Amino acid sequence: MIIAKKKPIEEIIESLATDKTVFIVGCGECATVTQTGGEKEVAEMKAALEAAGKKVVGVDMVAAGCQELDLKRILRQHKEAAEETEAFLVLSCGAGTQSVREGTQKHVVPGTDSLFLGNIKRAGTYEEKCSLCGKCVLDEYGAICPVTRCAKGLLNGPCGGTNHGKCEVDPEKDCAWVLIHQQLRKEGREDKLARVHPPKDWNVVARPGRVVPAKEEPATEAAGAKKP
Amino acid sequence: MSAYREACESGRFVVSGEIGPPKGTNVQTMLHHIDLLKDQVDGLNVTDNQSSVMRLGSLAVSHEIVSRGGDAIFQMTCRDRNRLALGSDLLSAAFLGIANVLCLTGDHPSVGDHKEAKSVYDFDSVHLIQCARKMNEGHDWAGNDLDGATNFYVGAVVTPEADPLEPQLYKFARKVEGGAQFFQTQAVYDMDHFQRFMEDARTVTEGTEVKLMAGLVVLTSLGMAKYMNRAVPGIMVPDVILEEMGGVPKEEALRKGMEICARHIRFLKENQICDGVHIMAIGKEELIPEILTMAGLAATT
Repeated sequence: MIIAKKKPIEEIIESLATDKTVFIVGCGECATVTQTGGEKEVAEMKAALEAAGKKVVGVDMVAAGCQELDLKRILRQHKEAAEETEAFLVLSCGAGTQSVREGTQKHVVPGTDSLFLGNIKRAGTYEEKCSLCGKCVLDEYGAICPVTRCAKGLLNGPCGGTNHGKCEVDPEKDCAWVLIHQQLRKEGREDKLARVHPPKDWNVVARPGRVVPAKEEPATEAAGAKKP
Repeated sequence: MSAYREACESGRFVVSGEIGPPKGTNVQTMLHHIDLLKDQVDGLNVTDNQSSVMRLGSLAVSHEIVSRGGDAIFQMTCRDRNRLALGSDLLSAAFLGIANVLCLTGDHPSVGDHKEAKSVYDFDSVHLIQCARKMNEGHDWAGNDLDGATNFYVGAVVTPEADPLEPQLYKFARKVEGGAQFFQTQAVYDMDHFQRFMEDARTVTEGTEVKLMAGLVVLTSLGMAKYMNRAVPGIMVPDVILEEMGGVPKEEALRKGMEICARHIRFLKENQICDGVHIMAIGKEELIPEILTMAGLAATT
């Protein structure tokens, strides 16, 4: 789940300073769960923009802002409003905002700040546990990620800032290395602690990331005939 | 061979000090401290943007110490540089005649004065130790041959008062495995606890030539001691020391702090608890010669 927070309305109004008409796009997935771009927030945003003197020419929800095909379909459904509006305000993550970019040449404005890929602890409480590093090393660390959950991403043990099991950067957060240590001890896998782990390969995924369907091999090669 | 390394390998009790470069180009006080200490100690650490506060660089100041006839211990943190920059700075250090390098993780930018900075930590301290050792063998991190190897005496740090201690001991073992040749500890004040820590540490370093130096920070007031207990992870000033500091009038607190430091040096040396001390006299560098005299350690050169 992409965890986001609402941008302050003042910042949004400033971004829309030169736009008299606005079309608002919400997201039915993450932004709905985090209450930053669901139907309720879209309606509230409409009221806030109208109160600020803007004309809201259309609103709609896309099932998921990151689905570019869906997004284009919705913009086609709202052809007139999409042509009339000077700006699109997107209450979705940065990916959703850029889906709208693909579907229009108008001014596209983000209405949220995307924070992290988060786990939902309970409603309104989210924690970052994975940072999509491209090569999962969780098995080495008792399924507790030091790349993400250690403030410094340290791979071979805690820094000197461990403070009664908490992190020097934020005393509200557990030191990931204390958790990793406890977990591997519980599992009887201290050997994982007694091993030097190499630094991460930060180019496993060439940024910006891109995955395309694998091309099907021609039948002769698929049958196992290797080229010399 | 560097003077610091030679002292460490000689088996005698080693003393190092520390220079914190200034924030700005006014270097007169720093140069005064270098000149004052360079012949009193075996080596001088130079901190690397200490506490994530942007300052004059440790590479330049380490070079200045060497050119003034002292021996510099170039501190390098992993906070601000990726593996390319760290490797390159190690070559620069070798070129500038710097023979000792101390590898640290580095405080997080959020505790310093450029809180919005992107932190790097491409390497951790274990990787930096390994990298320096590889360069000593004539290869860079990626395995490419160097046209001329380095010859660093490679050091690292350990925190005896870490809570919990066990993960810290595991990391200490990784640093030893990675090739650290000497260690300087975070500041210690509880000699009984430190003695127990050293027993654990010696178990790890058994069969190696690894040298361990106790880190000592000179207390200047009771308030400073309490502040460290409250705000500095990994430092624990025990009650008995707090009482000692609090038991003298304010104007005598600094002298008491010097006495405690000298007493600890003497204790560590006489009981052969560790191989030396690293004295951090944050802002009070001019006191170090007197502390060494109080501890019964004459100038070492």
